Amino acid sequence: MCLGIPGQVIDLGEVDGVVMGTVDFGGVRKQACLEYVPGIRVGEYVIIHVGFAISRVDEDEAQRTLDVLQAMGDAVAAELGEPLPVRPSAEALDDR
Amino acid sequence: MKYLDEYRDPSLARRLLDELCATATRPWTVMEVCGGQTHTIVRQGIDELLPAGIRMIHGPGCPVCVTPLEILDKAQAIAAMPGVLFTSFGDMLRVPGSRTDLLALRARGADVRVVYSPLEAVRLAQANPDRHVVFLAVGFETTAPANAMAVLHASALGISNFSILVSHVLVPPAITAILAAPDCQVQAFLAAGHVCAVMGWTEYEPIAARYRVPIVVTGFEPLDLLEGILMAVRQLETGRAAVENQYVRAVRRTGNAEAQDAIRRVFTIADRRWRGIGTIAESGLVLAEEFAAFDAEHRFGVESLAATESPLCIAGDILTGTKVPTECAAYGALCTPRSPLGAPMVSAEGTCAAFYAAGRRRQVQRLATASDGGAT
Amino acid sequence: MTVLDPLQATCPTPLAETERILLGHGSGGQLSAELVADLIVPALGSATPEGPLEDAAIVDMGGLDVVVSTDSFVVSPLFFPGGDIGSLAVHGTINDVAMRGARPVALAVAYVIEEGFPLTDLRRVVASVGEAARAAGVPVVTGDTKVVGRGAADGLFITTTGIGRMLAGARPSAAAARIGDAIVLSGPIGQHGTAILSVREGLGFDSDIRTDSQALHRLVEAAVEAAGEGVHALRDPTRGGLASALNEIAKASAVGITIDERAVPVPPPAAAACELLGLDPVHVANEGCLVAFIAPDHADAVLAAMRARPEGTDAVKIGEVVGDHPGRVHMNTLVGSRRVVDMLVGEQLPRIC
Repeated sequence: MCLGIPGQVIDLGEVDGVVMGTVDFGGVRKQACLEYVPGIRVGEYVIIHVGFAISRVDEDEAQRTLDVLQAMGDAVAAELGEPLPVRPSAEALDDR
Repeated sequence: MKYLDEYRDPSLARRLLDELCATATRPWTVMEVCGGQTHTIVRQGIDELLPAGIRMIHGPGCPVCVTPLEILDKAQAIAAMPGVLFTSFGDMLRVPGSRTDLLALRARGADVRVVYSPLEAVRLAQANPDRHVVFLAVGFETTAPANAMAVLHASALGISNFSILVSHVLVPPAITAILAAPDCQVQAFLAAGHVCAVMGWTEYEPIAARYRVPIVVTGFEPLDLLEGILMAVRQLETGRAAVENQYVRAVRRTGNAEAQDAIRRVFTIADRRWRGIGTIAESGLVLAEEFAAFDAEHRFGVESLAATESPLCIAGDILTGTKVPTECAAYGALCTPRSPLGAPMVSAEGTCAAFYAAGRRRQVQRLATASDGGAT
Repeated sequence: MTVLDPLQATCPTPLAETERILLGHGSGGQLSAELVADLIVPALGSATPEGPLEDAAIVDMGGLDVVVSTDSFVVSPLFFPGGDIGSLAVHGTINDVAMRGARPVALAVAYVIEEGFPLTDLRRVVASVGEAARAAGVPVVTGDTKVVGRGAADGLFITTTGIGRMLAGARPSAAAARIGDAIVLSGPIGQHGTAILSVREGLGFDSDIRTDSQALHRLVEAAVEAAGEGVHALRDPTRGGLASALNEIAKASAVGITIDERAVPVPPPAAAACELLGLDPVHVANEGCLVAFIAPDHADAVLAAMRARPEGTDAVKIGEVVGDHPGRVHMNTLVGSRRVVDMLVGEQLPRIC
């Protein structure tokens, strides 16, 4: 149960005593509650779930994940030359 | 979208799959706990791509699915009362109770509205002082901070025409219950990334140690899931059983302290029934004494409503991974997404609904209709 | 307000509402299809021709084939980014006529207005109807106006009827798709539905998403001119989205369809809105694009003809008709696997999971 989407904080303020902000998701902007990410700054990324930021996105870690995956491919290719075969994907869908 | 699209890169997915093939030397069974993870797996056909031998079991990570029947009956009873403005997340509207669902009630005149955030329900209460706004507060730990804030906010503003019907469930007790079941098939878990963004992963360390199962905190995009599966398989292959974090960009070991404080303030832990599984001790949240005024069950006098579940539904077996939907007598016949009998068919994330949407029908039907060309 | 007691309902089995219409019956998915097939069509009797359900009907007027279509517009809210119920009504009916391979010739527009509806809003809508009709070159030649009591209509409902004449050389039909056909999408999907949601109370968000509502008849003429009878089927994926349109044709033609997720264009803001609400873009309504099933040797010509028109600059081939899995639609996913694309059951509900 986890539809949480990363978005960028583009402004913040207080509404009725609650810290709220505008979060931008690739061109779509929505108000979200930022009470749970105190000290968040404009320009930073957060994970939004049902209108609440539940976590900051650590941009360095995000890049590290991608770098590791990128490097992985090169390592495997160097070692094995060719990728191993996988289970054919067509069968299960045509199994009626 | 930044921090989303990059984790769908097909060539990186290919690399992960190749690495997985190179790593796995034996069959393994892995359970992904969260409905959102199941959704990605099914929608992207990821389980079709895994090396033969790696089996994914869809866990009970769908709070919509595991909401006990009596909560739904209570929700419907409240929604039907005069003066009530009943609000809920979208997915809950179609969940059948003992006799009907919220959508049908709306068709008969009840004021039932979808909201995106629990704070909107509070705003509706402010804007409609002559109505009583009730919010169906369902979810895992991920949603608890949001529901807590709604109560805290309503309390701070002195709003008295607002209450919540609580059905929160906690993940670690569910994982423990699954592992403790006698015929448990699961050898490793992908823990729910956003649940852990809130709660951290310290609660999973004793579970991994006691049951000797690897637990990998995993995200929701295809690359996250593939990497999480790879990390789990690596541990299994080397006989390790630790908690690891794949979802490094969003999860820290101790989680979100402010969110946890809010949960602790507004809720207390209690036993909770899970639809199709039964009661799991200390696996749910109820409103703390201090906030009893916001308890809709009490406000509307529906605490004692009880319900019995369909005897045909084998949700318990499905949710613990001991059976697959195609082994259920009702699947695809009496029980379909149109007329679901139980939890896993109701939400699109439920195992049975996911199977159905992917076109997987019963073995028996397939043999009997070999010439049918696959038309349903 | 009536006091309802669902606990006293007599139906013993936990099935969905069976005695009343649900909103889902109008959303273009399975419920809608069943309502029409099981309740509406059987009542029409044997004078009504059989065959697959099409967007418009061809009526033989003694030597002259006239195409006629009717549609009701009940969208809420009435005004949304890029359009309103008026322009939607004009474009929608023009498109239904065009999808049969016909040139729309005239429109009839009937308004049902709720008592208390602001005149300024009515003026806006009517002006919008006039403007859309003029831009499309399809005049509104007759109409009707009714007023109903407060609460009996959601502000304003519009019913539009369009008539047209068949273009020479094409007889597109939902049942005419053939194995090997190229499936061409004239433009991006996902915009109309998300534009509506962006202004709907409770789900609202800010964005640059605008409806794609536009008249497609000139695009259809360009395609027919390029491929003639090679245009086997045309459909505008409105309610129920691309998934419904493809599934309907797959079933009516008894063929399989395979499309490529990577080839289906979804503009980033619409994609983001779908992510935010947990919606699948293939289920989102569109009002300004069409999907065409073209004989393979004419596909390139049709693509070129579409791209030469403003309505079709982003036309792209998204898949093919295949002999496997007849009646079903498969999609090759982003990560290189496959999934089945089903029709929606009822309403598309935003999800939290």
